[in-house]
Amino acid sequence: MDAVPLHNQPTVSDRPKVALYVTCLVDVVRPRIGFAAISLLEQAGCDVSVPQSQTCCGQPAFNSGDDDHARALARNVIRAFDSFDHVVVPSGSCAGMIHKYPELFRNDPVWLHRAEALAARTYELLSYLVDIRHFMPKDVTLHASATYHDSCSGLRQLGVMEQPRKMLAAIEGLSITPLPGHDVCCGFGGTFCVKYPAISNAIVDEKARDIENTKADLLLGGDLGCLLNMAGKLHRRGAATRVFHTAEILSGFGSGPAIGEED
Amino acid sequence: MTTASSAARSSAQASDPFSIPFDERIKEALDNKTLKIAIDRTTNNARDKRAAAVAAWPGFAEARTLGKSIKQHVIDHLDHYLVEFEANALRSGAKVHWASTSDEACAIVIDLCRKAGAKSVTRAKSMLGEEIGLPHALEDAGITRVETDLAEHIVQLAHDRPSHIIWPALHRTREEVAELFRANHHKPQNSDDIESMVASAREELRGRFLAADVGISGANFLIADSGAICTVTNEGNAELTTTIPRVHIVTAGIEKLVPSLSHAMVLLRLLVRSATGADLTQYTTFHCGPKRRGDRDGPEEFHIVLVDNGRTKMRNEGLADMLRCLRCGACMNHCVVFRQIGGHAYGGAYPGPMGSVMTPIFNGLEKSHDLPQACTLNGSCQEVCPVDIPLPTLLRGWREKSWREGLEPQIVRQSLGFWAFGARHPFLYHIGTRLAVRGMRLFAKGGWIRSLPLASGWTRHRDFPKPAPRTFMEEWNQQQRLKAKG
Repeated sequence: MDAVPLHNQPTVSDRPKVALYVTCLVDVVRPRIGFAAISLLEQAGCDVSVPQSQTCCGQPAFNSGDDDHARALARNVIRAFDSFDHVVVPSGSCAGMIHKYPELFRNDPVWLHRAEALAARTYELLSYLVDIRHFMPKDVTLHASATYHDSCSGLRQLGVMEQPRKMLAAIEGLSITPLPGHDVCCGFGGTFCVKYPAISNAIVDEKARDIENTKADLLLGGDLGCLLNMAGKLHRRGAATRVFHTAEILSGFGSGPAIGEED
Repeated sequence: MTTASSAARSSAQASDPFSIPFDERIKEALDNKTLKIAIDRTTNNARDKRAAAVAAWPGFAEARTLGKSIKQHVIDHLDHYLVEFEANALRSGAKVHWASTSDEACAIVIDLCRKAGAKSVTRAKSMLGEEIGLPHALEDAGITRVETDLAEHIVQLAHDRPSHIIWPALHRTREEVAELFRANHHKPQNSDDIESMVASAREELRGRFLAADVGISGANFLIADSGAICTVTNEGNAELTTTIPRVHIVTAGIEKLVPSLSHAMVLLRLLVRSATGADLTQYTTFHCGPKRRGDRDGPEEFHIVLVDNGRTKMRNEGLADMLRCLRCGACMNHCVVFRQIGGHAYGGAYPGPMGSVMTPIFNGLEKSHDLPQACTLNGSCQEVCPVDIPLPTLLRGWREKSWREGLEPQIVRQSLGFWAFGARHPFLYHIGTRLAVRGMRLFAKGGWIRSLPLASGWTRHRDFPKPAPRTFMEEWNQQQRLKAKG
């Protein structure tokens, strides 16, 4: 039996109520990605809200083994996003963290139920647009060559790989040059990059060289943490590669400033 | 130790690598320019070959699921299969010894060597042997130890520790090996030519194979329904180690059990493809009991030392998944951290992701708590693991324990606590982010920040982009207000 597309199910209207989970980094460093996400979601027929009580998903605490704080932050996120059809996140890593909430509440039946319900409704932006909304960008033009890095959480935990490439192929004038080691970690790893800066630096230096060797004008990806790591290294190395979140390109923001370029 | 020479302080050669702080071990590895060349040569090759082998095997995913369930079944029923294995091994004429700790295991082996009057023993590479410290124990007992695996031979000549579980001398370039052979071999052949170097080692080792009193090997599988053990090698050194001497001693971890030969076959296919990308190793040998009447060769005594050394503890304390490990090394070949720092910096017998999970069991979490932290949790190790060990989850489990036991630095605990307090109070949090953005912008020149207080770990090596003038939340809320006003 064919699966019924989710947006045709009776519980979710044809115009789903979608909450944007902005993520800390987008909120603080690059709000444009949040606005790009909203623009894409609206084009894809969603009714978008931004819950005001959202903060951090708790990943830094969870990955440090600090489960008490991770649980406290998870409860905050669960409360903030309780009343939406879908929660969409422009980051595979933060969306992936929400998918791990049930692990945090394995001994708490009440919150476990809520955590599972939220995880089931939470999507990474690029895969949501393609898999759930069957969205393709229309009439977006950008004359450039780009290479693509797959961020690890999105790739391995959530299966984000073909979706962004499919949508980017619909951008007129954009050519994609494959990145050798596109599925190899960039060395960001959240708190890893500041706890073990020397190792992280060695990893991202190798990554930056691979990116430079593609000679592409742009580096694209779907997770701001990884993009900041690679963009920061490319800039320190004096490379001319411009770095954008994929959502920016898809929404037509690609004509604006790249990461590190002033408005 | 202030008197130690710089050579003795190197993590490749230190008798207790954990006496050197992790940060220093990392620095030593990253400063070593030939190390990265050596790591890349071997691991890039291994990754390409594994990928090709997996791509050429349509049944890989199915075999992986089957292999995982075979190992898991044995781990869940260890007691049953251990008893069965022992009964069948005894029936075949082997002697079975039980060791619960590494010291006990070494003492049993030394005692057997002494009883055999051994002056010289040959060893076929065994990670269990490294784990229990057998090379040192033999030396301390005054028994001449001859490493017969080519890479272990190199490691022994250089007084190093192995740095990879499949390629122990991975950290040495062939140019360095050539130099070692020139200095140590009696008749070194042409050092610029790999075949000639192998011939030189072969010549060096041949006489020692023949002169050994005892041969010591590990086991890749212990086969419960026959009492046989299986070794896999590519050089044939295990066969010369186990067949020629009068006594053969096997040291093996109790998790190496499989119910039968056919189960071993499933795992062999997974093991070899994951390790080297080959279909099968050059030599796959099953050893069952000592030399029988009428046999032309084989050892007169065949001893099997079954070693626990923390395995029961692992099974009982949430690390049962780790006991499925086949020791293929794929996790480290694909690990971005291993591929920068190599094996010695890890400090334990086992490096890479699987080493970071097991070293806290063998050496204690206090000494090794950095290992589970020094990981980006990118998940590629689990992805390539032939028995689907959830390595990132197990590493995070150690982080949880480290946190509970207060092993992480105060600065990390305080920063996270501060962050979490803010994030639990959205109103405060949003004030905080607005202030942070404005503060950070003060440090920017052009679009970038080159140096930021409290973030030197980042800015020492890379730039940070200047944040937008206002946070997303500020911008969004203003847009909503304007919309509401119409």
